[in-house]
Amino acid sequence: MATIGILALQGDFAAHAGAIRRAGGRPMEVRTAAELAAVDGLIIPGGESTTMLKLMDYYGMFEPLREFGRDKPVFGTCAGAILLATEVMNPSQASLALLDMAVERNAYGRQLDSRVAMLSGHQLGGDEELEAVFIRAPIIRRVGDGGVILASYQSTPVLVDFGRHLVATFHPELSADQRVHSLFLEKVRP
Amino acid sequence: MNYLDETYRVKVGLAEMLKGGVIMDVTDAKQAEIAEKAGACAVMALERVPSDIRKEGGVARMSQISKIREIMATCSIPVMAKVRIGHIAEARVLEALGVDYIDESEVLTPADEENHIWKRDFKVPFVCGCRNLGEALRRIHEGAAMIRTKGEAGSGNIVEAVRHMRTIIREMKQLTVLSPDELMAESKKHQAPFELIHYVHEHGKLPVPNFSAGGIATPADAALARMLGAEAIFVGSGIFKSSDPEKRAKAIVKANTHYQDPKAVLEASEELGDAMPGLDIRTMDESELMQTRGW
Repeated sequence: MATIGILALQGDFAAHAGAIRRAGGRPMEVRTAAELAAVDGLIIPGGESTTMLKLMDYYGMFEPLREFGRDKPVFGTCAGAILLATEVMNPSQASLALLDMAVERNAYGRQLDSRVAMLSGHQLGGDEELEAVFIRAPIIRRVGDGGVILASYQSTPVLVDFGRHLVATFHPELSADQRVHSLFLEKVRP
Repeated sequence: MNYLDETYRVKVGLAEMLKGGVIMDVTDAKQAEIAEKAGACAVMALERVPSDIRKEGGVARMSQISKIREIMATCSIPVMAKVRIGHIAEARVLEALGVDYIDESEVLTPADEENHIWKRDFKVPFVCGCRNLGEALRRIHEGAAMIRTKGEAGSGNIVEAVRHMRTIIREMKQLTVLSPDELMAESKKHQAPFELIHYVHEHGKLPVPNFSAGGIATPADAALARMLGAEAIFVGSGIFKSSDPEKRAKAIVKANTHYQDPKAVLEASEELGDAMPGLDIRTMDESELMQTRGW
């Protein structure tokens, strides 16, 4: 069984671990480069991207993470999506720059604009709508080559498949629906 | 109470995102910038840090609106702000302002000595303090989407935060081993709604994130709070009342993330100056305690 690392520097890594277990995978919290070397795929969870950036910087995790993403699958949700994008706006900040896309932080507004939306017309298979929990969420403003949009909300992409990698601006780990985590598990080979 | 209610899930959702982080008390934009740069996952805006409130006395109220606005404009991380216990109007003002979380806090002078705010009526999420499980469950029933131990704010002394976290965790563990026919008596004992007692009996934890606050002053204090079960921490006077706020803020962020690794906590503790001066709780008069405000 593939081991799914969950970057546990800060954020809702525990919720992702639960979602991976429900989808039939084996989660492992990752805080160091040594732990990163032991996993087959990595989830960068929701949380504060600025906090995660600082901690990556303090402990020299930046290069190991970029290196990991060059040949192994990474799934970023919300803050994770921000950290994977080549371009970050509002404000502009450093990132792992693994995926060709532009992401605007806190693009719906503050917490009072956080919401749960039911998405139809997605490409996940099945007619059932996909529940999307948005928390101070970012908006993907541009998707570069290689990105296939799997779901949209208010005409902007919220779930994008980049082949090896996957990003969501919402939090599938906070919903009971396992389809998004199952899709990521399919990308990971032990 | 329906825990699958959409509004409630979005409120708890933000608390989930703050897990594993450090929320720092700040009084102005300059401090907020230092906090964000050090790696805080959120800031708490208040007019004076708890140790100054303690020293200066008088009535402590919601922060000046201009200060909160300034802080909201400065940082990209969530901004929380405190209201007095039971002060519904201060809470409505902060909701209108658009802060990300409201702390109905014992650190400010209570506006109502009997009732807490009925938080379910608000769209903005609330965090509340507690000293034991019953108090936590009463606040959750009122609509709090995050719980923190009260500790003894502004004391620089971790002993009360430890007492409160130990108490809650122990009381939750005890509920999990009881049989269903014993739960009604537990509900009576804890003075808490039966449904929530039942939830803890089944899950062994609160239905909302459980953070720690009150007295954290050093990287090792941060690590201790996490070891005892806190899912994130609040640091009040501990940072900006120390001799080296920027370094200390960073050190506490580091120790908080790597609390399971003693070498990382050691490294974070090196080269720090003086921590804030501490108070011995045992020598304090009952009337000086903040934790006994609210119930």
